[in-house]
Order: sequence, then structure tokens, then C-alpha cells
Amino acid sequence: MKHRYLPMTEQDQKEMLDTIGVSSIDELFSDIPEKVRFQGQYNIKPAKSESSLLKELSAMAAKNADHKTYASFLGAGVYDHYKPIIVDHVISRSEFYTAYTPYQPEISQGELQAIFEFQTMICELTGMDLANSSMYDGGTALAEAGMLAAGHTKRKKLLISGAVHPESQDVVRMYALGQSIEVVQIPTKDGVTDIEALSEMIDDQTAAVLVQYPNFFGQVEDLRKVETLTHNANALMVVSSNPLALGILTSPGKLGADIVVGDAQPFGISEAFGGPHCGFFAVTTKLMRKVPGRLVGETTDEVGRRGFVLTLQAREQHIRRDKATSNICSNQALNALAASVAMTALGKKGVQEIATQNILKTNYAKKSFEAAGFDVVYQGSHFNEIVVNVKSSVTSLNKELLKKGFIGGFDLGKVDETLEGHALIAVTEQRTKEEIDALVQEMGAFRA
Amino acid sequence: MHKDNQPLIFEITKEGRVGYSLPELDIPEVDLSSLLPGGLLREEAAELPEVSELDIMRHYTALSKRNHGVDSGFYPLGSCTMKYNPKINESVARFPGFADIHPLQDEETVQGAMELMYDLQEHLIEITGMDEVTLQPAAGAHGEWTALMMIRAFHLANGDTQRTKVIVPDSAHGTNPASATVAGFDTITVKSDENGLVDLEDLKRVVGDDTAALMLTNPNTLGLFEEDILEMASIIHGVGGKLYYDGANLNAVMSKARPGDMGFDCVHLNLHKTFTGPHGGGGPGSGPVGVKKDLIPFLPKPVLVKTEEGYHFDYNRPDSIGRVKPFYGNFGINVRAYTYIRSMGPDGLKAITEYAVLNANYMMRRLQPHFDLPYDRHCKHEFVLSGRRQKKLGVRTLDMAKRLLDFGYHPPTIYFPLNVEEAMMIEPTETESKETLDAFIDAMIQIAKEVEETPEIVQEAPHTTVIKRLDETKAARTPVLRYKKA
Repeated sequence: MKHRYLPMTEQDQKEMLDTIGVSSIDELFSDIPEKVRFQGQYNIKPAKSESSLLKELSAMAAKNADHKTYASFLGAGVYDHYKPIIVDHVISRSEFYTAYTPYQPEISQGELQAIFEFQTMICELTGMDLANSSMYDGGTALAEAGMLAAGHTKRKKLLISGAVHPESQDVVRMYALGQSIEVVQIPTKDGVTDIEALSEMIDDQTAAVLVQYPNFFGQVEDLRKVETLTHNANALMVVSSNPLALGILTSPGKLGADIVVGDAQPFGISEAFGGPHCGFFAVTTKLMRKVPGRLVGETTDEVGRRGFVLTLQAREQHIRRDKATSNICSNQALNALAASVAMTALGKKGVQEIATQNILKTNYAKKSFEAAGFDVVYQGSHFNEIVVNVKSSVTSLNKELLKKGFIGGFDLGKVDETLEGHALIAVTEQRTKEEIDALVQEMGAFRA
Repeated sequence: MHKDNQPLIFEITKEGRVGYSLPELDIPEVDLSSLLPGGLLREEAAELPEVSELDIMRHYTALSKRNHGVDSGFYPLGSCTMKYNPKINESVARFPGFADIHPLQDEETVQGAMELMYDLQEHLIEITGMDEVTLQPAAGAHGEWTALMMIRAFHLANGDTQRTKVIVPDSAHGTNPASATVAGFDTITVKSDENGLVDLEDLKRVVGDDTAALMLTNPNTLGLFEEDILEMASIIHGVGGKLYYDGANLNAVMSKARPGDMGFDCVHLNLHKTFTGPHGGGGPGSGPVGVKKDLIPFLPKPVLVKTEEGYHFDYNRPDSIGRVKPFYGNFGINVRAYTYIRSMGPDGLKAITEYAVLNANYMMRRLQPHFDLPYDRHCKHEFVLSGRRQKKLGVRTLDMAKRLLDFGYHPPTIYFPLNVEEAMMIEPTETESKETLDAFIDAMIQIAKEVEETPEIVQEAPHTTVIKRLDETKAARTPVLRYKKA
């Protein structure tokens, strides 16, 4: 058959069969027993030409309400941020995206150096000693952090704050199940981890305390008390963090975290209906040899030139097999590259400026909602998110908002019945004053 | 490739340069310390680079020139299916309706995305012969673990708490035993026989009422089809275990044999391999899992269903193992895979496998006189040579791999599978032309000749790359994992 991806010609085929010494391609499959041989063709849709497929799929895409068309106030862990145009130009260079894991460093210096730079930037933002080359996403990174902590402390209990993203909590429980690790939720109070409850719950069986900073409700928790309680119990402090917020917030490393994880999606990575995003994993030096996933290190070649290699591979599944503590193999390299480009473009000044804008806009929205008579339920320091009591069905509200060109906030009633009628409204630097004002007005109108 | 050492981005930074353009701040500024009191504001700035947009583009362009991808040249990395990555996939994945949508939007506003996911699942069900598919796992290894957690739940639901062992062949990918460990199982290794296939007698010996599953790649990592698959299935099923299909090698059997028809109970696929993900320099991948009927209740939730009103995420799944990943999987990669499958159609998928296998057998037969071929029979999409003949002359497989770099090729997978001495695992894929294969074969033959006549050329390779061999011992002994200002 002729296809633009298949260069085989009839003549090629004949010459190749002659060389092999068989008369047909079918003979090459004679080792598949007759009984399991698939007969005929798959019952799937026929092939489409490039033009007609583009047409069909673009119609399919157009059925979705995208954030180029609608102003989105939906966050809950995935955000519509400024994505420097240059990001897509860099990750579209096919020397990057058509390569695989840099197993041959002599012809993979580009990828390896880019990852080394990514690791460095994550260290700078998190305040940690080292970071790996990426994880699938923030949720699985947090789960792996919990597993690392349990292995390191030889303890079998994780305490996870109720203010951690609910889907990440689910993933932590899922990983823990296989390892027979107990996961206990720490209650929240006023939208932050309940410190008193934590002090009663933590004990000598606790491997780690898992918190989120800023948390699911957009509250910037004071981690110092968590740190004291955690380390007094000789447990590890694991912080899941939004790296963009760390442009301006005191780093978790500075606050004593042992492991910092999170998702780099806010840095130049498309929302893409939830994935692929880009988990990161940073630790203190004492945990260096227990980090899951790939690490890139600096070294020199035979004539003394600087170069980069995959290193400390004795930790990994392809060497340790059933003794490995993580099974991760492919990670999110291309998205780590995207995040690196965005972090580089923002740079030292831009990352502070963008984080500041997010804080200012979130607080502007908070004030606006309050001025319109809405109850904004948590009163701490906010980043990106506020919880607004809309006193009615958030789903119905969002349907109305959609008609006005808005994608409304997340319905918190879906994850916590005590928060029925509360919307988690996300405001990033992308939302204009005009859009925020209009949202408040429309929500006010809906309520009335 | 660029020979000049490329400075780190941190080494070309200069205070005062910017590479960004943030939205205008259109609201009043407020003193931050009033909003973030009590030490929440960082005192030391994160030392990110300060560079202009052109600096960034030149930096990454220079790095890209120091990197080899499929678009740069032949990449016969065994078990990784380094085929051409179609450009239409990249365009479609960037449609705003796919790239700029949020996973928690109301379902009515993302019906197009859900339709694509559902139709991809339907296609994968037909391709694998399974009854249901989940797109949630992020990559192959993640799919392995997901499926093992489902098998675990299945056995526990039957009260079979004693099923703690997962069997893997000695030729298995490293992720198989690692995934078993992470899922809480012990791993038992089953030996290969003299034909490179699973030793049935050894399999019978290791199975029992403690068997949870056998994980199998078929064709296996030697590129050989496990002819006794039905007997293996009956051995495993006979003791109440489940048969797991590692889909890393699916490119070898599309339209020829389906895991579901071979007796497999579950399967993971690597959409970034068989279905042109792309590979991205090491990810993101996508690792959907397909299952037979009796594992369906245990699928991760939510499960995507089609109703009269439209597509819907069903969370009401009481026996579900739970959630393996936030949201619904690596959607962007799934869009690419779907685009690819729709570009190929049933004829195309069949041709892929036929040409991939034809290419591999052609290369194998042409290289056979020059290298040891441990298993002399038709291979599937890949084959494994041994460099033991060359090793006797003092040249290792690693040296030959490095010498291939001088010819502009990415070398094969080396030293894997573990049951072949000095292994070289070669997977050409169907998207390579005969001319490319011939040129690579000529290079391999020349290297074999060099090993006999001028071994130092091979031992000291590579000679033409931007750097020579790197000191990996130093990298591991004194790890430098980040840049620090001098």
C-alpha cells in the first residue's frame, strides 16, 4: 500500500524478500500459531487524507469551550497563564521532540544540558539541593514522595493535609495501597491545615507530613509550625508546591522541607484537558540516592571538556529491577523543556513580577466579591484562588456564566459536601480588570 | 553538530535583560507585605537567568544542534519504536479546542475532547482485542502498575489473599519487576529456553496458588514470537493467575495477532511508541490499559461512558481501584495517537507491522554473516545480535555503539536483553527506507571489519561528535546535579 509515512516500494519488497529467502511477507509470520492469527482487517474507521482529517478534527476541537474564546476562572491545580510564544518555537524543534531518553550522551548533549538547567531552576525556586529531570505530574510526584519517605524512615503512615488537591490525595492513597502504607487525612480549619489536629495525630509511626503550598483553596499556609511538629517526630516534611508562586513566596527549602514536589504546568505548559503536564521532584542532599526517576549530572569527557550524563542510575528500574523503589521510566522531558524555556523567558525579575500580579489580581477579585456582598470564606493570604459562597448551585451558575463568555470556578461541593454552594474562583495574571469586574457583576446578577 | 562548548543559560545572563512580556497590570498596586505578612515573602530572589528573547532562541537552537532525533537520522533503538513522528499530530494537538481546555470544565463544554477519547478507546479495544480500555496511565510503566493494581484488587475480591507473586521472564523490561514491587508483589523470574522463548517446564515449576500474574511481552524482547502462548495462557489460567501483556512491542503484531485473542487478560500500550506519541526526549508518553470483562469493575475512575445525552465521566464505580493520576491521562499524547490511527486506517496499521517485520528480517539476514545471531529464526519487528565474536578481539558492544555515532546513527539498544551476551537490539521500524537500512548495514559491516583490522578506531570512538566519551564514574562519585554560581 502507498502511504506518505511508508517508503516501501514493490521493488524494495521483492529485493528484501529475496535476501531473506522467503517468498512472501506472510511467511515471516508463520511463527504465530494459526489459532491466534488475526484474520482480515481491524474493524476501525478507514484512513483519511491529511486535509479531510484536519477538517474533521478541527470540527471536533471546535465543540470544546477553549480559553482563547472564553475567559476562564477555573483553576484547581491547572491554570491559564502567560505562555511566552518562544516556548512553542523551542519545543517544536524536532531534534528535541523526536529524540528519546538521552542514553547516548555524545549525541544528546542538547537534551542533557537542557535538563541540567531545568534541575537548577527547580532548585532555585524550591530552595532545595537537587531536583530530578521530571515526573508525570504533581499528583504522582507527591505520591512518590510519600513512598520515598516511608522507605527512608521505615515507617508506614503518611499524614496528608485535607488542603492538598483532592485528586492528588486520591493518587497518594492509590500508591500507598500497593505498599501497605496507611494514609490519614489531617483536617483543615479555616481553609488551612489544622495544626492542633496535626499535633495530636503525629507520632513515631509517621513517615511524613504532606502539605500543599499554596494549598488547594489558594491559601498560603504558614509552614513553620508544620515543620516543627514534623521534625520533632523525626518524620519528613513533604511540600507540594506551585512553582510559579515560589517566585515570590519564601521557598519550602528555606522553611525546612525535606522533599518538594509539584507541577510545572504554570510555566508554559498547555492545560490540555489535564495532561501531559510536568511533575518535579526536589530533595535535600541526604535523600539524593533515593530520588525516583532520572538525574542529569555534570562531568568531563576524555579531553576534559564539560559534558552532561544520566547519573546515579543504580537507583533506577532498568538496573535494580524488582529492588527498585520506583518504576518510573519515561517521564515528561519535553514539558520540562517547555517549563525551562518559560522560566528562562520570565527570568529572575519576571518570575517575581508574574507571581506578584497573581497575588494582586486574586486580592482584587476578593475585594470586588466582598464589595458586591459575597462571602469570601477563608481570610488568609491568597494565591490564585479564592472560595466564594454563591449560596446556590455552582453548576447552574456556571451554565449561565458560559452564556456570557466565562468559564466559572470549580464546584467545591463535588469534593466536600460542607462546601456545597461554594465556588473556587481562580484568577491569574491573564484575567483583566474588565473580566473580573464583569464576572463579579454576572455572579451578582445570578444571585439576585 | 556544533563543536563549540555551549555555555549554560546561567553563564550568559546579564542583570537588566528581560525575555518576557507580561500583561499590563490594570488594577491598583497594593503593598505585598500587607497581603503576605509574617515572613511569607521570600528574601532572596530565585536566581533564574536574565536574557533577551534572541539569547534564548540562540541558546536552545545551539542545544538542539547537539541532539539527535528521528528527524536528524536513523534511530534503531530496540524496544523503543523510533518511527517517524507525523507533523499533522503536532498541529492537531495544538488546536485551541484541544490544547486550551481545562480538565474540570463542565462536561457539556468538552464533548469534543471526550468524543476523541472515547473513539480512541474504541479503536484501541479493536486493535488489542480487549473489552475495555482506560486512558488514565501516563506512560508504559505507569500502565503496568495500574494493571497490576487491578489484578491485585481482582484477587482480593475473590478472597485470594495468598496471590503475592508476579512472574516475569528473564528477558523482561526492567519496568516489569519494578512495577510488580511498587504494586506490592514479589517477583519470580522464569527462564528462557534454548530458542529464546519462555521455558514452559520452568513456568510450570514456578506457578502455583500464590501466582497473581505472568507479565509477558510478545513478541519478546529478543523480537521472537512466543509460539506457545496459548499453552502459557492455560498454565497461568489453570492456577488462577492473570496474563499480562506488555505492549511495548505491539508494532510487531498489529493486524496479525491480538493480545485479547492470545489469552491475555490485560494489556498496556505505549502510545508514544507504536502510535507516534512522540518520544519528546524521554516523554511525555501515554500508557493506556486494556482489560477483559472480569477486570472491568476494577478500572481506575472516572470511566468515560457514552450515553444518549452525550459523553460522561462515571465516578460511581464502587469496585474501582481509584485514581492513578490526576484528571484523565496524557490527553495531548492521546490526541496525537488518535490522529495517527485515523491517518493510517486498517490497511495502514496492517502495512506498518508487515513492513516493520520485513525491514527487521532483512537487516538481520544481511548482518548475520558479520555478527553472532543467538537465535536464528524469523524475527518480528526487532532482533538481537551478540557482540561476543568482537569481544574476543577486545572490542566491546559499547565500543561498536560509539563507533556508529561517527556514521551519524543513533546506536541500537545495547546490553539488553540481559540474557544475551554483549547484546545489540535493533529495531528499524517501517518508516525507514531500504536505502537507509542498506547504509546502516554497510556501516555495521565496516565496523565489524575494523574490529578485525584496526580495533583502536572502534575502541577510541566516537571521533566526530561534539564531545568524546564522558566520565560516568566521576559523575556518579562526585555528583554535580545543578549549576552554582562560582
